[in-house]
Amino acid sequence: MRGHRLTAPMRLVRHLVLLLGTVAMLAPFVLMVATSFKPKEEIFAAEFHLLPQRLGAAENYHEALTQVPLLHFLLNGAIVTAAIFALQVLVNVPAAYALAKLRFRGRATLFGAVLVCLLIPYQAIALPIYILFYWLGLLNTYAALVLPFTISVFGIFLMRQFFLGVPDDLIDAARIDGMSEYGIVWSVMAPAAIPAIVAFGIFSVVAHWNDYFWPLIAVGDLGLYTPPLGIAHLKLNGEGTAYGPLMAAATIVIAPLVLAFLLAQRRFVEGITFTGLKG
Amino acid sequence: MTGGRLNVVLLTAPAVLLMLVFLVGPLLCLIALSFTDYQLGAPSISFVGLANYDEMTGDDTVRISIGNTLIYVAIVVPVSVALGLGAALLIDADGSLRGFYSAAYFLPVMATLIAMAIVWGFMLDPRIGAVNFALKAFGFKPLDFLHDRKLVLFTLCGIGIWQSVGFNMVLFMAGLTAIPSELYEAAAIDGARRGGSRFALVTWPMLAPVTLFTVVITAIRAFQVFDTVQVLTDGGPNKASEVLLHTIYAEAFGYFRVGYAAALVVVFLVFILALSAIRVFVLDRGRQTS
Repeated sequence: MRGHRLTAPMRLVRHLVLLLGTVAMLAPFVLMVATSFKPKEEIFAAEFHLLPQRLGAAENYHEALTQVPLLHFLLNGAIVTAAIFALQVLVNVPAAYALAKLRFRGRATLFGAVLVCLLIPYQAIALPIYILFYWLGLLNTYAALVLPFTISVFGIFLMRQFFLGVPDDLIDAARIDGMSEYGIVWSVMAPAAIPAIVAFGIFSVVAHWNDYFWPLIAVGDLGLYTPPLGIAHLKLNGEGTAYGPLMAAATIVIAPLVLAFLLAQRRFVEGITFTGLKG
Repeated sequence: MTGGRLNVVLLTAPAVLLMLVFLVGPLLCLIALSFTDYQLGAPSISFVGLANYDEMTGDDTVRISIGNTLIYVAIVVPVSVALGLGAALLIDADGSLRGFYSAAYFLPVMATLIAMAIVWGFMLDPRIGAVNFALKAFGFKPLDFLHDRKLVLFTLCGIGIWQSVGFNMVLFMAGLTAIPSELYEAAAIDGARRGGSRFALVTWPMLAPVTLFTVVITAIRAFQVFDTVQVLTDGGPNKASEVLLHTIYAEAFGYFRVGYAAALVVVFLVFILALSAIRVFVLDRGRQTS
């Protein structure tokens, strides 16, 4: 509550309570990393030490990277999330522009459809899409991981809201210069909408890097596994209690997003809060 | 501004096409499938009317599963919303270590849930898990959090709460920033100087729309609980942690009973849409009052 100075004891209470919460929030991360550094006999010891007495990091990380092709899974994750985001921009930004700035018959219907589709959770339509891909022979392909998410009604909605605020003069000037509508989308609107596109990008990448439900259904080949599938595989099909390598794998899987988050905290919070609109 | 007909088609066609193929079409298919006996790979399909829905009413697994899901939502939503609000208020109350605290609370939201679920599984191990070491240190008996029928659902609730507090906190922080400081000044003139009365007079009423909004979103997310269940308990022991999405997954991809699974998805969808209806209602009211 701004403009209100806390008394010294209240400041202390604030820190105590928040620190207690911080311990609860961060404990799993600390234990994960600490355990990934511990040799087997320490993990299974009857006594608990947070810090490793002897370093076992090399064997744990070596195990994690060789027992399953973890780096390959990370590459798959990068390919899939990048492809999804690129196609989302290509498909949804022009539609959002048309909805925001052009007048045409069926516009209200189209926007209504976007709003209705916003309410559909993807788990609800995963089953029919699975059957569709089954008939098309698309299961177990990168396409199966990417295609269902190329349409993002949430992206259309978000970009449309942003485009509404872009002045019409900008578009008129471009038209007078003889620019095509498609040219306007990519050379006038998209550059003006970079903050919104970045926020949407963060939302999209976080959601699909972490997604487990759809990849679990859509692919069965180890070669196509994304990081979440990979680590679940290591837990469920490997030695479920080989906690050292398992914690090393977990550390590797969450590291890219966590590092990116720590570098650009503000943007991440913005991007994820946008999902507040989506849920 | 009139776009040429051709322009509009070029701009919207990919999105419209994909919307039909991946959203509208599947939704209609889903509803249609729920009235059939379709099984994946089976050569025939026939219309069975409401038989799937009928079967559901007598299916113990479904009953337990819906019950567990509702309990999960009923625990995770109030606790994580209250903790999120508390964290937001405390962090916002002073400038010191603001960035550090919000990053710490937000980290679980970002981190791959399936990986963190596995970490929790390790922490809750009855023999070597850190949580049980802590319990023993305080003189309690160790607990088998994930294999005790009475405990397992609450354990999953705990992980769910851990993961969503930061998300709610961020929504509340945004809500707090939007409160004009003149309101606090006006309240101070009216004699509300202490934290408690300022909260009751200004903060809480001003946050009401955000609160309702946060409750609905958290409820929708809680209804979709799946990852933790699938990797930690597989719905067990003895269905004690069976939840709706996990039951659907098992019916569709374990037993390949697509028709029945589709009917279950329709039920799942009805729950989500009911919650969304509240959200739309709240959004509308927010627009009218602002």
